[in-house]
Amino acid sequence: MTLPMDAGIPKIEIGKWISSFFDWLTTNLSGFFDAVSSIVGGAVDGIIWLLQAPNPILLAVLFALIGLVVKGWRFALGSLLGLLLIISMDQWDAAMQTLALVVVSTVVAIIIAIPLGILAARKRAASAALRPIMDLMQTMPAFVWLVPVVTLFGIGVVPGVIATIIFALPPGVRLTELGIRNVDHEIVEAANAFGATPRQTLFGVQLPLALPTIMAGVNQVLMLSLSMAVVAGLVGAEGLGGQVTSAIATLDLGLGFEAGISVVILAIFLDRLTAAIGQGKARHGLLRYLPRKRREEAAEEQPAADEVVEDIPVEESPETLDSVARIHS
Amino acid sequence: MKAIVANNTYKVFGKRPELGVARLREGATREELRKEGITAAVIDASFEVDEGEIFVVMGLSGSGKSTLIRMVNGLWEPTAGELRLYGDDIVTMNAQQLRQTRREKVSMVFQHFALLPHSTVGENAAYGLMIRGIDKDERERKAKEALRLVGLKGWEDSFPGQLSGGMRQRVGLARALAAGTNIMLMDEAFSALDPLIKREMQDQLVELQNKLGKTILFITHDLNEAMRLGDHIAMMRDGRIVQIGTAQQILNNPANDFVAQFVLDVDRSRVLTAGAVMAPPVALVGSDQGPLAVHKLMREHQTSRLFVVDRDNRLRGAVDEEAVVAAATAGAQTLDGIVDDKVVSVPESAPLTNLLPLSAANPKALAVVDKDKRVRGVLARVTVLQALAQRMTNTQTDADGSAQPVPADTVDAALTKGGAR
Repeated sequence: MTLPMDAGIPKIEIGKWISSFFDWLTTNLSGFFDAVSSIVGGAVDGIIWLLQAPNPILLAVLFALIGLVVKGWRFALGSLLGLLLIISMDQWDAAMQTLALVVVSTVVAIIIAIPLGILAARKRAASAALRPIMDLMQTMPAFVWLVPVVTLFGIGVVPGVIATIIFALPPGVRLTELGIRNVDHEIVEAANAFGATPRQTLFGVQLPLALPTIMAGVNQVLMLSLSMAVVAGLVGAEGLGGQVTSAIATLDLGLGFEAGISVVILAIFLDRLTAAIGQGKARHGLLRYLPRKRREEAAEEQPAADEVVEDIPVEESPETLDSVARIHS
Repeated sequence: MKAIVANNTYKVFGKRPELGVARLREGATREELRKEGITAAVIDASFEVDEGEIFVVMGLSGSGKSTLIRMVNGLWEPTAGELRLYGDDIVTMNAQQLRQTRREKVSMVFQHFALLPHSTVGENAAYGLMIRGIDKDERERKAKEALRLVGLKGWEDSFPGQLSGGMRQRVGLARALAAGTNIMLMDEAFSALDPLIKREMQDQLVELQNKLGKTILFITHDLNEAMRLGDHIAMMRDGRIVQIGTAQQILNNPANDFVAQFVLDVDRSRVLTAGAVMAPPVALVGSDQGPLAVHKLMREHQTSRLFVVDRDNRLRGAVDEEAVVAAATAGAQTLDGIVDDKVVSVPESAPLTNLLPLSAANPKALAVVDKDKRVRGVLARVTVLQALAQRMTNTQTDADGSAQPVPADTVDAALTKGGAR
């Protein structure tokens, strides 16, 4: 006896419809899904190979150097210690597999999210249509996405990537839309008033001014990817997620924490790195020695706006002196 | 050809703007429409802007002036009516033609400057040229020239964030100048600046306009600013233009109570000029006339002092009754030796506020001259005071000196006070 029967409401077979829809997809579009599968799988494998080829210590030092360039020596030192800890816990290979999955998911998610965000910012209808879809993608429990992607792509790293993209995409779209909408209205109007085409306005004004917000979105996408990449271990994606899954299966407390701590280190490293890039703090690192940055800093050394003498001498030509007399008092 | 012509232009916001226009034409008020969810921003606006003049649209917030200026370059499309720039109707243009018009004919300066913060001052000034696809060397050259004109020479490589508000607006002005358009729209361009900088920018704008002959449509909510800048001023209220005229016309003949209320607050001494309040000279003395003839003139006109001019009406000085009488008694045939050549002369365009210290220092009347030094009128102390006094009484007496004389020491006292300001 089910409640809907008691209430006199017929059961709506949403579950059944969705499964038969996915059945239809698998039978009719298997070629497409196979192609996606091999592209995504190939990309992940390629990156894994790239990350696992060099000596782990060498790579850890390289990551630390990147940190030094974009942020500073403190961050570089912390990163190096954290990455060495991952190596010493024997989680390096798993960490690199997870990193590969995160990189692929994030790149694909951003490639989809930013154009969608731009569209939503420009067309009210697109924004209204996207909003419920974004809500659905973001609030649906993450595990639920694993079921359909497994039916479409089988098990392994590819469904992990696809589920991760779905889960991590929304903040990229939302923050891109928000960033563009929040660009000073008057500056956009100025671009229009000088005859800029929509494309010139977008690339010359809206995107550059929205960049900090868009980069915050990229950062969020990355973080969500990392959290989802661990969940993806459940469907057979290798990496730290796989380690966590097997730790749960075997109740291996030590392995679970080792993998978990590795995730945390990776997360902090990626978060601080992208945040530094996004907030334009890059010049606190070695980047400040690049020529353009030097020019900006030199300019900053000029007197602050308040100290600037306001009455800049204006070149007066004799024929204009009359006009000055007219209004001067 | 007129630079800008608006004919019965409407801008109505809401779901059915055309219906709003129809209702307005039938005589519905703005408030009635607002209850129906229709906002009438600009109602039946008609005006003409001559090439090379500063036309000021003055109104309080919500009067529709910002919408009006945005219709001129098509940022808002008029709901009804015409809006022509050099004869081409903005209303009928497609997007491509509109862009072309904005690039070539009309540029804009914004209240909050609207500069690109991540571009240098030079790049900002060159923005309009960059949009048009003009090559880098030429646009840098033109931007540099425009920045020099506004007094920002050498700031090309700074960023807007490093500049003060006044300097940022100079960049905004340079951007509009560099675009090389004949028409410039200025939307509350100086309203965000503090008073001293504002004055300086106003002076500079008039100077630039005299030099370059741009047609400027200037929006402001500050009537003093409107009066200082405007060759013509349109007063807007609740979406309608209630009066168009020169500063002095609006000051002296406000079309309705609304305008009159505004005018009350205007500092007349800055708006009224010597030319507007002077009295015509009762008589002029030729430098070749003899003392007897001059004395006769003085008696006829009951005056004790007359200006002496040469054949071309150029000011040579003045003669006083005492000296004339003395010369006539001594039998002199000419005015040689008795012409007082220390007469203070002022240009017709001088505002009264500049004349107060002069009047205070010189008990005798000032001569008003044109730019060739020809005598155009006389400014007695009484005349100056009466022109100012209208502010207090708001009466319509003529400021030509025909009113009752005021005791001399009262005048002296008042002027000394005024001059010491």
